[in-house]
Amino acid sequence: MLADVVLEPEITYTRPAALADTYTHYCPGCTHGVAHKLVAEVIDELGLRERTIGVAPVGCAVFAYNYFNVDFAEAAHGRAPAMATGIKRVLPDQMVFTYQGDGDLASIGLGEITHVAARGENLTVIFVNNAIYGMTGGQMAPTTLPGQKTASSPCGRDVEATGLPLRMAELLAGLPGTAYAVRRSLHNVKEINRAKKAIRTAFQVQQAGLGFALVELLSSCPTNWGLPPLDALKWIEDQMLPYYPLGDYKVADGVEQL
Amino acid sequence: MAKQLLKGNEAIAEAAIRAGVQAYFGYPITPQTELLEYMARRMPELGRVFLQAESELAAINMVYGAACTGRRVMTSSSSPGVSLMQEGLSYIAASEVPCVIVDVMRGGPGLGNIAPAQGDYTQIVKGGGHGDYRMIVLAPATVQEAVDLTRLAFDLADKYRMIAVVLLDGSLGQMMEPAELPPFADGAALGTPPAWALTGAQGRPKNVVTSIHLVPEDEEQFNQQLQARYAEIARTEVRCHEYATADADLIVVGFGTAGRVAQTAVKQARAQGLKAGLLRPITLFPFPEQRLAELARQARGFLVVEMNAGQMVDDVRLAVSGQGRGGLTPAVRFYGRMGGIVPLPDEVLGALKALAETAGHTPQPSPVSCLPLDGGPVAR
Amino acid sequence: MQTDLIISGFGGQGALFAGQILAYAAMDEGLHVTWIPSYGPEMRGGTAHCTVVISDDEIGSPLVRNPAAAIVLNQPSLDKYEPLMAAGGVLVVNSSLIPRRPQRTDLRVVEVPANALAEELGNVRLANVVAVGALVAAAGVLSVEAVERALAAHLPERHKHLLPANSQALRRGAALAAAALA
Ligand SMILES: Cc1ncc(C[n+]2csc(CCOP(=O)(O)OP(=O)(O)O)c2C)c(N)n1
Repeated sequence: MLADVVLEPEITYTRPAALADTYTHYCPGCTHGVAHKLVAEVIDELGLRERTIGVAPVGCAVFAYNYFNVDFAEAAHGRAPAMATGIKRVLPDQMVFTYQGDGDLASIGLGEITHVAARGENLTVIFVNNAIYGMTGGQMAPTTLPGQKTASSPCGRDVEATGLPLRMAELLAGLPGTAYAVRRSLHNVKEINRAKKAIRTAFQVQQAGLGFALVELLSSCPTNWGLPPLDALKWIEDQMLPYYPLGDYKVADGVEQL
Repeated sequence: MAKQLLKGNEAIAEAAIRAGVQAYFGYPITPQTELLEYMARRMPELGRVFLQAESELAAINMVYGAACTGRRVMTSSSSPGVSLMQEGLSYIAASEVPCVIVDVMRGGPGLGNIAPAQGDYTQIVKGGGHGDYRMIVLAPATVQEAVDLTRLAFDLADKYRMIAVVLLDGSLGQMMEPAELPPFADGAALGTPPAWALTGAQGRPKNVVTSIHLVPEDEEQFNQQLQARYAEIARTEVRCHEYATADADLIVVGFGTAGRVAQTAVKQARAQGLKAGLLRPITLFPFPEQRLAELARQARGFLVVEMNAGQMVDDVRLAVSGQGRGGLTPAVRFYGRMGGIVPLPDEVLGALKALAETAGHTPQPSPVSCLPLDGGPVAR
Repeated sequence: MQTDLIISGFGGQGALFAGQILAYAAMDEGLHVTWIPSYGPEMRGGTAHCTVVISDDEIGSPLVRNPAAAIVLNQPSLDKYEPLMAAGGVLVVNSSLIPRRPQRTDLRVVEVPANALAEELGNVRLANVVAVGALVAAAGVLSVEAVERALAAHLPERHKHLLPANSQALRRGAALAAAALA
């Protein structure tokens, strides 16, 4: 009988428990939000929500602690890896991750990130590369592309004067303590799915105690690039991908088996 | 030159350029970023050096190096960035190379916020780095003063081979006001580096810039030399702005924006029949302690207004202590706002009236009591 | 004589620029003036306001608690500044975007459909200039001509072609205010 058929609505999506139910302050079209969601999903799927501690950077993600439902600390500019080291050394059973922008990680915090990798610190680092300083209004970052105009390189980045952009995944892959260093992108669904897998692996590396794990995510900054959101995604594909090839730069022994 | 409507941060940048700054190193931070961005545009146009450093720590050390060449050099930042520079400042002070630092203060401590504050008084005026060093500290209250004091900062830095700091809060950095820029400094005069500078030992004995004196007696003697110079500056370089102090028996003291706001309150107090006056220190080191001591003879009370929890107020207390009539100490009260809030004139007026009602020439009892050394429970 | 005023709206409505026009005009008239913007870390979507103080004497505080005049370009700005206005102050309300009327009876309120008028002039971004025209006429702080001269003198070269439209916007706003308060 028809009346007996109860149609259970199939739930196809719920907000991850590790992601707070709140508005974010990110600009329209910025992919920080996507990165947040992926990290939260991974934390949920691995069942880590109640034993994870995040460390927020200084940058647009400074308020990340408002958006994740996990314990969180807020570091000084660039020092998140050192702070995370302190947390992890005292609480080795906690999953500790930092979430950092390119100014934070690759400029002022290059010393800290290099040394956590050199020590093989058991940490997961989510590195959001948007080729610019977002929060302070669009100045040049160490990852700004050659010729890219920013508020502090008004005629375009002059590589004669400022050198070439840093490729952090490659650079950190060169250090012996690094177990996992990969680059992914957030400019389309396929790449977003691949990024999620990598984030998952980076947390599993920490769970298995294999050492330092970094996922670099190419991310958009429509506001400071001066582009509408869709064009900004296209800009990642056309401009950033050639300089920042996606790929796995270090996958240490034992990581494949995870 | 006619007046132009200038933003504090940009006015300082252009004033520095006209003072002959040859190299600028900095790192983005609000609310001083317009200064860095202005330099990014203007310095290359003039064939001078602009470099965005990887951190404030690097920036101050780039300044240190560039200053060793005897050229005019500078950096700018805001409170958290200046905290990061403290190590470098101590080294530069000890090496006796001149340079200019601009600190556009924001709310703190910690990351705080980007709103205007004056919480860096202690770390700048007293020295936030190690050792007994001083920096010349100039505190503008208007955009015109920011321009004029930037030029003065370079001149004094060169004259005394010291760090000169232009110390202002975020609201002055962001404010626009008509101001007149000075002409470009005489390039020829700036062209010859001083004898101590590192320029390559061509046809002369080598020069060395260092901050190390391994033998304690040498280090002490060097320190005495520094102290003698600071004492000379304290005698000769004090500057302050006064308003209606001639017959005042209530003196408001505040620097920068707080001093400026206080001036409005003093005006209002006068309109209400109070004999109020304002002393606004322009040099924070050297501090106008002499002038405050003089005013203590005529004043029954001082009100110190700051955008912090009370940092300069200690210096006012020291300056007026025992300086009142009959060797007494006039009342010293404090009114401050923190967190990036600028006090408004009506608040200052309220504090001034409260002072007027109570202040006489009575010795101030110490409000602080100490815990005994052997403990007792300490509340957490 | 000192006049202090606040101009407030969404980021992008030109509140800060409107204040700058007045600051330039005051400077060119030989007056003392200060202009202070709000500034915030969020790149988009916030509110923006500025405080302008114009005086024939040296200006102490560049900030005010109870402004003598204000332009509110959106509803949140009206909600915020209406209670703060000094009694007898001039409040210019952008009625194109603000559905409610100010409640205070001790203010001189000028309602200007600034967006609609600007659109009639072919450019909605002139809404701020329309409002400035209304404020100047209502508050009597500067003359419309002085503001017009300031626009001519200080509009960036690449915007000079917008000068006639700016003048029109200014005059429309001023005429409306004059009529409203007549
Ligand atoms: C010591 C110090 N210097 C400078 C700043 C100012 N500051 C805040 S965020 C930031 C850059 C952030 O850029 P990025 O790390 O690329 O992150 P995004 O904002 O693009 O996400 C800077 C320079 C600060 N807070 N502390």
